[in-house]
Amino acid sequence: MSVATPGSPNSHGNVNDVLTIDSAIVDAIVAHARRDHPDEACGVVAGPIGSDLPTRLIPMDNAARSMTFYEFDSMEQLRVWREMDDNDEEPVVIYHSHTATEAYPSRTDISFAGEPGAHYVLVSTRESDSEEIRSFRIVDGVVTEEEINIVDATVDA
Amino acid sequence: MAIEVRVPTILRSYTGGAKIVEGAGDTLTALIDDLDAKHNGLKGRLITPEGGLHRFVNIYVNDEDVRFLGALDAKLSDGDSITILPAVAGGALGFAAAAALLGSRYPSNHPAAAPN
Repeated sequence: MSVATPGSPNSHGNVNDVLTIDSAIVDAIVAHARRDHPDEACGVVAGPIGSDLPTRLIPMDNAARSMTFYEFDSMEQLRVWREMDDNDEEPVVIYHSHTATEAYPSRTDISFAGEPGAHYVLVSTRESDSEEIRSFRIVDGVVTEEEINIVDATVDA
Repeated sequence: MAIEVRVPTILRSYTGGAKIVEGAGDTLTALIDDLDAKHNGLKGRLITPEGGLHRFVNIYVNDEDVRFLGALDAKLSDGDSITILPAVAGGALGFAAAAALLGSRYPSNHPAAAPN
């Protein structure tokens, strides 16, 4: 399905209220969150600028190595953001896990949310046998939940 | 003296949408003052009311995080390239605790902002 609806020139990126994402990427995000549990895991999924389609998973180090806080390492972030720039990509998804609470943005998440064009994906690993995965826009402190449309084979995994 | 500054999406409302702007100054403080004169309000997004570097942004001089170069006192030279990125952080921890954690992480000659 095509999701590349042009937004208004004044909007931050695409304003569709749905995240379309490949099942292989979702599986890899969940696997990363499980691997780092009980610490919070974090990362980015890059995609071509303007496509609103996440295609390249980049698991990031949680420099805080904490069960209740995550933070990209600033030097790793610079390298990854430059790489995206060189590839004409942008951060389509920014994900992290909550390991003891629900997959909903905390006040800290909202305060730090600095990519108005990104889908903020949260995974909760508090249950050992199931994951809660939800997606949000966070713009100017306002949280809007959106649907996740999981599809197969939009990328080679 | 021209210094190239790369501006992240979230701050481009201050630069008329421009991704790259030019500024001048021999320290980061002087550069930010110069940028604020041309792009009114930008300074408030980079520096806290208490005068420290804002924890919501990372600023790099060439390839180094400015927090390791003296923060706002970092020396700049003609031809340097500055990159501003939004800090990516968060988590289940309460905001005041997270702020205190971040405030203690980086060496700074400015006092950390008091949690509110």
